[in-house]
Amino acid sequence: MSLRIVVTVKYVPDATGDRHFADDLTVDRDDVDGLLSELDEYAVEQALQISENSDDDVEVTVLTVGPEDAKDALRKALSMGADKAVHVEDDDLHGTDVIGTSLVLAKAIEKAGYDLVISGMASTDGTAGVVPALLAERLGVPQVTLLSEVSVENGTVKGRRDGDAASEQLEAALPAVVSVTDQSGEARYPSFKGIMAAKKKPVQAWDLSDLEIDADEVGLDGSWTKVDTADERPARTAGTIVKDEGEGGKQLAEFLAGQKFV
Amino acid sequence: MAEVLVYVDHVDGAVRKPTLELLTLARRIGEPVAVALGAGAADTAAVLAEHGAVKVLTDDAAEYADYLVVPKVDALQAAYEAVSPAAVLVPSSAEAKEVAARLALRIGSGIITDAVDLEAGAEGPVVTQSVFAASYTTKSRVSQGTPVVTVKPNSAAVEAAPAAGAVEALSVTFSAQATGTKVTGRTPRESTGRPELTEAAIVVSGGRGVNGADNFAIIEALADSLGAAVGASRAAVDAGWYPHTNQVGQTGKSVSPQLYIANGISGAIQHRAGMQTSKTIVAVNKDAEAPIFDLVDYGVVGDLFDVVPQLTEEIKARKG
Ligand SMILES: Cc1cc2nc3c(=O)[nH]c(=O)nc-3n(C[C@H](O)[C@H](O)[C@H](O)COP(=O)(O)OP(=O)(O)OC[C@H]3O[C@@H](n4cnc5c(N)ncnc54)[C@H](O)[C@@H]3O)c2cc1C
Ligand SMILES: Cc1cc2nc3c(=O)[nH]c(=O)nc-3n(C[C@H](O)[C@H](O)[C@H](O)COP(=O)(O)OP(=O)(O)OC[C@H]3O[C@@H](n4cnc5c(N)ncnc54)[C@H](O)[C@@H]3O)c2cc1C
Repeated sequence: MSLRIVVTVKYVPDATGDRHFADDLTVDRDDVDGLLSELDEYAVEQALQISENSDDDVEVTVLTVGPEDAKDALRKALSMGADKAVHVEDDDLHGTDVIGTSLVLAKAIEKAGYDLVISGMASTDGTAGVVPALLAERLGVPQVTLLSEVSVENGTVKGRRDGDAASEQLEAALPAVVSVTDQSGEARYPSFKGIMAAKKKPVQAWDLSDLEIDADEVGLDGSWTKVDTADERPARTAGTIVKDEGEGGKQLAEFLAGQKFV
Repeated sequence: MAEVLVYVDHVDGAVRKPTLELLTLARRIGEPVAVALGAGAADTAAVLAEHGAVKVLTDDAAEYADYLVVPKVDALQAAYEAVSPAAVLVPSSAEAKEVAARLALRIGSGIITDAVDLEAGAEGPVVTQSVFAASYTTKSRVSQGTPVVTVKPNSAAVEAAPAAGAVEALSVTFSAQATGTKVTGRTPRESTGRPELTEAAIVVSGGRGVNGADNFAIIEALADSLGAAVGASRAAVDAGWYPHTNQVGQTGKSVSPQLYIANGISGAIQHRAGMQTSKTIVAVNKDAEAPIFDLVDYGVVGDLFDVVPQLTEEIKARKG
């Protein structure tokens, strides 16, 4: 038996940088360094663990849709231990929304061949958290999403989903789409050996024509949503800061009373 | 007047506050028709009617609890086809967002997630998002299909507006995918008696500075003196001091209360992403350089073990 896992990984601007929008109201990718979305590291980690815990022959492919630089995200995932990578890159992809992104990812996943797709819970830039559900809808396979625990055995994926009202145990037959949360277990750091090995691992490049997608189905023009304005939030006006010299709690109570909270 | 579908978030018939906010927002663009699914669905009708629902479509099939997400998508699609609404509004809970996204794809519509406001516009609803950890405010719209919008809690003040709220049974045919993901076990979350984190008017949070699970009692005592919910930073959650369901931030809950009190929290970007839109922000931290102080309306540089109990006592004294 063999198990083909495709892990979706997004290349995002570093959240600790000063992120901006470009003139066309897409993310300005030049002013802040990009990296592999931290929440997708958890997806790579779970794929590697499923692979390590399996008696089957497991192949882990990492897949990204993004500009030239997005190769960095693939390299990071490969150096963690993934076997190969697919990069979908095309100028016409600039400005694609979640519906379009899910189309490109779904076509690429089908072309790559899969038994299991693993995604992160959300990207750290768009943060919609809906791409995994959209992939399940497009691929017509079960969604087993937002898992804090995941395992695969005998063609079945099981997991725990911690929701607002309850914690649920889930189960589905493969093929399936899984997404994992940052509660699923710390992601490993690439080892020196891993980094060296990653340089020799294959990275396949596909464009829209390889996936038989028309340019007008994606990009800014193909998006089913439109951003009209993006304004930087005004900095908060400087507040009052006091040093506690024995009365800090009382002073704070006074402030809260003045604001009618007490 | 155009109808607007509102997806109801409820637990056994008890409607959660974000749904009432959606009804308020929906009335800006049309007449709300609510969709309530699962056990207790019909029990939601009275409160939905009080808040403007002209109709409440219900179905309490067992499938909604026994399988993940897809049965709810099938039902919302059935409601969409029955009503032909001008827009579909859904609360921004993790599950409801997934339902909304799959519906949007099926009906050929764009989706905007995590709205914080919504108004009528010439080309359909204009949706405000607060993005990049609340450092930008964007206005967007859905340019294809029937707008599907998910809305964050605390995005509107709930207004009562009595309407008919006539209950109608929704007829749903489940798709082949509906039974794909089985729910084989469910452990309901225990209630603490405190307000729901995302719905509370006041949130009192503790971070790594609280330094231990037992010490969270002083955070809880402050919260109880104010009738507040308790939040925690990821550092406190990862250390096992407080449950993950109380985490505030990018990968926890995002809150937007009237008052947020951060204790022993440095204010990392991922934490700020979940609380930066709070109306009034207060922090207690012993490090005057902590980034959280850039956000505050009022900050106390001091040891939380001194400041917080004193604050709690003072509040109790003032409340008599
Ligand atoms: C601030 C902001 C707000 C946005 N709001 C909206 C909106 O309301 N509606 C809308 O249609 N679009 C929106 N977008 C566009 C959206 O970010 C992109 O379409 C993006 O490619 C997918 O959405 P996400 O990042 O929100 O993904 P999420 O659904 O948050 O991502 C979940 C997972 O999907 C996978 N994934 C997502 N994108 C990729 C990719 N390019 N390559 C590989 N894996 C991927 C990753 O595993 C990720 O962890 C927004 C973008 C920004 C920057
Ligand atoms: C992908 C990703 C997602 C993340 N998601 C989240 C999230 O959702 N929520 C979140 O919170 N974090 C999140 N984080 C983690 C985040 O980056 C920070 O590590 C975290 O917020 C730090 O928590 P803290 O402020 O409690 O701890 P620290 O940064 O260690 O700060 C502790 C503070 O307590 C103060 N202190 C110590 N002792 C006392 C005392 N006795 N009295 C007063 N003050 C004291 C210190 O001065 C310090 O400022 C995420 C990180 C990543 C990479």
